[in-house]
Amino acid sequence: MKETDAFRSREITAPLVDEITRSLVRPVRIMEVCGTHTMSIFRHGIRSLLPESIALLSGPGCPVCVTPASHIDAFIAAARLPQVTIATFGDLIRVPGSDGSLATARANGARVEIVYSPMDALTLAQNEPERTVLFPAIGFETTAPTIAATILQAERMGITNFLIIAAGKTMPQALEALLADPELQVDGLLCPGHVSAIIGSEAYRPLAEKYRLACAVAGFEPADILAGLLALIRQVNEGAPRVDNCYTRAVGVEGNAKARALMDEVFAPADSEWRGLGTIPGSGLVLREKYSRFDGLRQLGIPLQPAKEPKGCRCGDILKGRLLPPDCPLYGSACTPLQPVGPCMVSNEGTCAAYYRYSGQKGRQQTNRLNNL
Amino acid sequence: MKADSIVSLDHGSGGLASQNLISGLFLKYLTCPQLRDLEDCAVLGEYAGRIAFSTDSYVVDPLFFPGGDIGELAVHGTINDLAMRGARPIALSLALIIEEGFPLADLERVIASVARCCEAAGVAVVTGDTKVVPRGKADRLFVNTTGIGIASHRIEISGKRARVGDAVLISGTLADHGITIMSCQAGIAIGGDIASDTQPLHRLVAALLEEEDGAVHVLRDPTRGGLATTLCEIARSSKVGITIEEELLPIRPAVNTACELIGLDPLYLANEGKCLIICDQARAEAVLQLLRRMPEGREAALIGRVVENREGRVSLTTRIGGSRLLEPLTGQPLPRIC
Repeated sequence: MKETDAFRSREITAPLVDEITRSLVRPVRIMEVCGTHTMSIFRHGIRSLLPESIALLSGPGCPVCVTPASHIDAFIAAARLPQVTIATFGDLIRVPGSDGSLATARANGARVEIVYSPMDALTLAQNEPERTVLFPAIGFETTAPTIAATILQAERMGITNFLIIAAGKTMPQALEALLADPELQVDGLLCPGHVSAIIGSEAYRPLAEKYRLACAVAGFEPADILAGLLALIRQVNEGAPRVDNCYTRAVGVEGNAKARALMDEVFAPADSEWRGLGTIPGSGLVLREKYSRFDGLRQLGIPLQPAKEPKGCRCGDILKGRLLPPDCPLYGSACTPLQPVGPCMVSNEGTCAAYYRYSGQKGRQQTNRLNNL
Repeated sequence: MKADSIVSLDHGSGGLASQNLISGLFLKYLTCPQLRDLEDCAVLGEYAGRIAFSTDSYVVDPLFFPGGDIGELAVHGTINDLAMRGARPIALSLALIIEEGFPLADLERVIASVARCCEAAGVAVVTGDTKVVPRGKADRLFVNTTGIGIASHRIEISGKRARVGDAVLISGTLADHGITIMSCQAGIAIGGDIASDTQPLHRLVAALLEEEDGAVHVLRDPTRGGLATTLCEIARSSKVGITIEEELLPIRPAVNTACELIGLDPLYLANEGKCLIICDQARAEAVLQLLRRMPEGREAALIGRVVENREGRVSLTTRIGGSRLLEPLTGQPLPRIC
């Protein structure tokens, strides 16, 4: 038996579901911050097992989804340069900018390759010295250390045809901005497992204290998520918000100092635009000056221009947990995974894509659930 | 590479170089008398029954992968398409589009594969075509096969025939081919037990129809789009719902692990040697035993049932008892960021 099998067995999950059901004394609204949580909740049919009085809202934790059109436009502008090969994570290629996507750029002759890690992009640069390989560096604290390590590796190896467009983001600042919004009514946060492995469970304590918000760090298997939800419900019942770490097999109190040091060596914090959320102070990662020779925007002379959000797109409200996908007028008609209008429909982890994939074009199951609250 | 070791535009000219390629390479492996005559077309014999006819093109990258190559895929794929309507394959065509500069040794490997698979399957390539295009106008080698088969008048197998109460079976493990190709493309070293499942299914189908003729309603090979998409197609054409159980799905642990690593759902990945069977519930156990007796169906499993639902809804009961809808694949499966 694999280690993960235990976390997926009914013997373990059924008692957790029972306990959650018994513990609920009032309706609660919980935001799962991370896209991988959203995916896992759908994939394992967790919603269908829970009482109707738990609303699970999907937060801004899908890195592809929160990358603004301005950055997508810059990636596309780079792709259109004849000497440039874009080496990107797969789920970025269908994300629409203001005029097309990397996929449409590729169809029109641009070279766009899918890679599985930034190191693969560096290898591509090594193998094709006559071309400039550009990696769109999106993602959160989970991917930033690997990207930083790749930059340092490129530096050590003296590779001159490798660039990135730094578009990384950090989670605590975004959560802070989200929670400061008085319209957001959330009882608890299911905190992201991967990000927390880097930043540590302590990173959420200020949020728990300032906003009196229940927080639980959880892994991605069904038993992990259910244990996280149970911890949150107990905190809500006790009126004692704190940070429970339900993912101790991966997350420590302090996180991974080495990974953070790598990030800090290469990237500096900066204000950053989030799709749907606007500009959040200090929430972005830009290259430090000493690594500016890897800066694709600067080296290729690509300006980062403000871009319009697509008309009618409600991704912003969805990322804030204000609107459920089926309630967006574009969902399932103008906006589908094949022809996404907004970013939440593109990534596997996007809230709308997850709804579409796992509950159908109309998203029936989930709409009913929220209307009951 | 030396000029005599690669395919050149001359090889596709129809002139002497073409003839040399045909007689020196193709006919060395493909020995059907019909083909050797080099007529403009093959004239087949007389057969009793209805004619089944199917075509498919193969553009797989990489051309050679664990468990098979483009040649094997091209032979098995068309044989299986014929078999899924209950037809017995009798003849194949083989058409190649080759990019200039393609190594002759690789071409020979592919043709040898085609010949080996045809012989094993008892089907011959009776006609063929070769074109060579300038470098950059195609990606190394594209293969098309067309197949002709004969189906008995009695047999009526179609995606429209699933009935409420029917059992749903799969002839073996899922996603092996899809994950093998995706892992190769991703450059991920995969374990020894992951390999493409490419294999012909016509013998399995023949045995099934021999013994369980009336009980089998639908046969489908869940290739591109995987099991989930195939189930959705059947449910919609039959105007029924289908429910499958995650716990019952045969998926190799190594395949599951690789899927999680790349961020892909095995239910949406291609199979190239598996058959989905929808049959009378009362005969389900007998069908399962029959499948398991055949080498192609050793790991067959009963995975679900057909339920009432006019909209063609397909749902999965997860291992923890939850339920989720399965939608058809939209576009290419994309690996996710982390």
